[in-house]
Order: sequence, then structure tokens, then C-alpha cells
Amino acid sequence: MSEASPAKAYALHLGVITLLFVLSFLLPDYYHGLLARIMVLAVFAMGYNMLFGYVGLLSLGHAMFFAAGLYGAGLAVIQLGWSVPAAFAAGLGCGVVVSLVIGLLALRTTGVAFMIVTMMFAQVFYLLILYFATWTGGDQGMVVPQPARVLSLGATSLELTNPTVRYMTALGLFSIVLLVTLAIVRSRYGRVLVAIRENEERTKMLGYDTFSNKLAAVVISGIICAASGAAYALLFGYVGSSFASVQYSILPLLWVLLGGAATTLGPLIGTLFMYYVIDITSGYTSAYLLIVGIALILLVLFFPKGILGSIRQRWLGWLP
Amino acid sequence: MMPLLTTKGLSRDFGGLRAVDNVDFALMPGEIRAVIGPNGAGKTTFVSLVSGRIQPSAGMIVFDGTDITNLPAYVRVRQGIAYTFQITSVYANLSVYANVALPAQLTQRHGSHSKSAIQAAVMTALERTGLADRAHMPAGQLSYGHQRLLEVAMGLALKPRLLILDEPTQGLADSEIDNFITLVREIAKNATVLLIEHNMPVVMQLADRITVFNAGRILAEGTPEAIRDNAAVQEAYLGTAP
Repeated sequence: MSEASPAKAYALHLGVITLLFVLSFLLPDYYHGLLARIMVLAVFAMGYNMLFGYVGLLSLGHAMFFAAGLYGAGLAVIQLGWSVPAAFAAGLGCGVVVSLVIGLLALRTTGVAFMIVTMMFAQVFYLLILYFATWTGGDQGMVVPQPARVLSLGATSLELTNPTVRYMTALGLFSIVLLVTLAIVRSRYGRVLVAIRENEERTKMLGYDTFSNKLAAVVISGIICAASGAAYALLFGYVGSSFASVQYSILPLLWVLLGGAATTLGPLIGTLFMYYVIDITSGYTSAYLLIVGIALILLVLFFPKGILGSIRQRWLGWLP
Repeated sequence: MMPLLTTKGLSRDFGGLRAVDNVDFALMPGEIRAVIGPNGAGKTTFVSLVSGRIQPSAGMIVFDGTDITNLPAYVRVRQGIAYTFQITSVYANLSVYANVALPAQLTQRHGSHSKSAIQAAVMTALERTGLADRAHMPAGQLSYGHQRLLEVAMGLALKPRLLILDEPTQGLADSEIDNFITLVREIAKNATVLLIEHNMPVVMQLADRITVFNAGRILAEGTPEAIRDNAAVQEAYLGTAP
């Protein structure tokens, strides 16, 4: 249980962060770039896991939160000429507003209705992006110009297009979100979220306002996903409407299921696994999605709780 | 002395059925009150109205001098009304400790914030119910009787002023029932207990007063002896003599 061995859990997480840091100096160029991208998308998966894994709310609209950060930051740089930190903050701000409004409306429902409502809102968001093509670039998307992607810190300026800077920025964001997630799930608040997942009615009768707790979880999840989107726009320079499509609502669900729902490191493992399976199989055949599909089916059959979820169940009960 | 809990004209309709019908009820502090009655008499609906799990169609509920009729259930819990479920609903996947930590961390909120304060509160509740040595088992692996006790431990950790027990001895073995009676007496030293119970020996041993429900109304109220000798009660349970 989570009461036991906090030192072990923190040591493991710091170990993973250190490993990712060391890998930056060892990986060849191609995989270096790929891993930076995976870390940013793993943040998206961690945001999704916060709501799906710990509160048990299955949303099919999280592309909307990712896109809120992506467009919030992207539009601030491209249309308003804001600096990188200000644009990142704008992305987070958009995430807060969107998740708060969607949470207030969608949390009136549960179960299948919650899935449908979140998916509908995400579709509306996607269509709005296409509709306001004058500003958003429509289905073409927008490229964030290289000169704008510079982070000025006093006298020094860091070019986010530089591979090492990009990798380290991605790692920094990933580490912060990972440690924050770990702290949240180990806190009293995390215990309440799990209790809502396990039995909401009982949790109400133990004196907890489950609606406010769930709303807070939607907003936390929304902020984390928006942080991922904002970082994606600023680090990789592309803001496109495909990131708001339903595919990007389903992908984080897949990553989390693969890695293990309600495990702190599962989202990273799942994202990593999926990317590498696609990367390796697409080198051999153009029908690589077939192999990915078979791999997913095998995983669900033999590891129904995801990779880390099954490891926790069978061997390492203390994994957070 | 002022009653801890009163209801005035409390009613609840389910479609055409009036499950609780115009009930005036008063409960004194420190009392152990048993609520009995035939199946479908409205006992569980009545305590659900008091705990806030369902809303009344009409009437008023006053707890400790405050009108709580329109307060949501979680606020009533924070004001001291704890409800233990008739159908065992512990968190099966969480440890026994975590089950009790959840209510314990709520009552510790305004006092000490330290982890050890929560731990102490959890262990006190577990020791009172005899579950201390099972603290780290998943709750779902406890025997049925122990799950019932865990329900009570979760209620105790809320430090309630009014503890509502809905058929707590259902499914318990005779030996467990004896321990349970001792436990309820112990709880009643610093809380008022409202008990729905079918097991008559338990009711007769524990209750200071008994309220008998029939068809959504209060049929009779009095000491265990008076209720035993009440003709109307016998009729409700056994039917009319030909």
C-alpha cells in the first residue's frame, strides 16, 4: 500500500529521471529526438492517467486539453508575438479555463454519458479550430517560426530548436510533472480520489464533497495535458488541428492502458512502448499497424492491468 | 434536555408509494434507539432521509438545533451524523488501514495535521473493533463478519455524535453478535446510536427505547418491555387473530 516505503518510491522515480538524463548523452541523434518527443507526450499521458487511472473517469475528449495548451501557446507566439515563458503560461491558462468549464458541465454525467459528453465537446473544439482558420491556420496548422523559439534568461538565450536544449527542457517538464503526480497520489487528496473511483456513494457518506474533488481532478488533469501541448508547440514548432482530433483523445487512453492505469510511471512506459513498436515494425512492413494491433491484443490478454500494473500485482506491491 | 435529532412531518414518496409517511420522531442524546418493523415498513428509507442519502418529499429534519433538511449528505457527515451501510460497502481493493484512514483524515483536518495523528485515530478505531492485527489486509479478503466490523470502524473514525447502524448484525455468527453488543454499548458512552435491527434478542438487550415502523408510519414507541407487550405491534408482526 501507499503508506509503505516512501523512500523507495522516490528513489525509483529519481532513478528514472537520472537514467533519462544520462541517455541524452548516449543516444544517437534520431532516438535522441524521438525520446524528447516521447517525454512531452508522456506528460499528456500522465495528465490523462490522473483522471482515468486515479478517479476512474474515462474521458474521450482529452485532445481538447492538449490542444488548448498547443493553440494557447502557439497563437500567443505567432499572432501576439509573446515570449516563450509568457506563451507557455498562456497555454496553461487556456488549459485551466477549458478544463474548468468542461468539468462543470461534463461532471453532471458519469460512465458512458461522460465519455460521450467529453467526446462531443472535443469535437466542437476541433471544429472551432477549423472554423476560425484565419487565425488558427485551419487544417494546415501553423509553424512556429524559429526566431520566436528562443528562451531568454537574462544575458543568455537558449535556442529551443537545439536538440540538447530541447531534450533537457522536455526532461525538465517531464520530471516536474512526474514528481508532482507522485506527490498528489500519495497525499490525502490522492486517497480521496481513489476512494471516489472505488465507491463514490460510500465516499460521500464519509463526509467528502465528491463533485468538488472530481472537478479539481479534471482541472489538474487539464493543466498537465495543456502543459504538454504548450511544450509541444514551443519545442517542436508545429501547431496543427490533427492534435485536436479524436485520435489524440484515444492515444493517451491507449498509452495509459498499456503502461498501467493508476501507476505513476505507467504513462511513460506505455508511450515509450507504443512509439518503439511503431518505429521498429514500420521499418519492416507498411502494414505495421496490423502488428501494433496484434501486440495490443496480446498485451490485453496477458497483462490486462498494463505493463506496470501487472508487475505491481505480481511482484512489486509497493509501486506507487 | 433538548433532543439531538427531531423530524417533523417527514415524508418520502417513491412514485405512488409513500415509503415514509408524516413521521414525527425525536431522539435524545446518549440514547440507544432501535428501529424495528416488518419488511418494507420504511426503516431504511427513514434513516436514509436522516443521513441525507435521499431527499424528503415533505417535512423537516433538525439535528442539534439546526435545520439540516436541505444540507447535502457530506455536510451532515461533517456535522456528526455517520451512516453505516446495510449492504457492506467497504473499499474491497484498499487495505483495512486505508479504509479507516479516509474518514480519519477528515476528522483530523481541523486539529493536528500530522501523519501520526491520523495513524493514531485509525488504530484506535481498529482496536475498538478488534481489527488492529488485520490492518494491512485488503478489505475484500476479510470475512463477512469482519467486513461488518470494518463498516463500524469507518463510522467510529468519523467521531460521530449520531451513529446510524443499518442492520449491523445481519449475517454475523452468534459468537460475533455477543462481541458486537459489547461494542455498541461501548460506542454509546460517547455517541447516540440509532439502530435498525431484525434480531430481536439484540434489540431487547441493547435498546433504551424502541420505535416500531409499519407501512411508513410510527406504530408504537417505548421501552423494550412496553413494546413486547403492545398488542398493535404483535398484530403488525404476526397478523390479526381470526
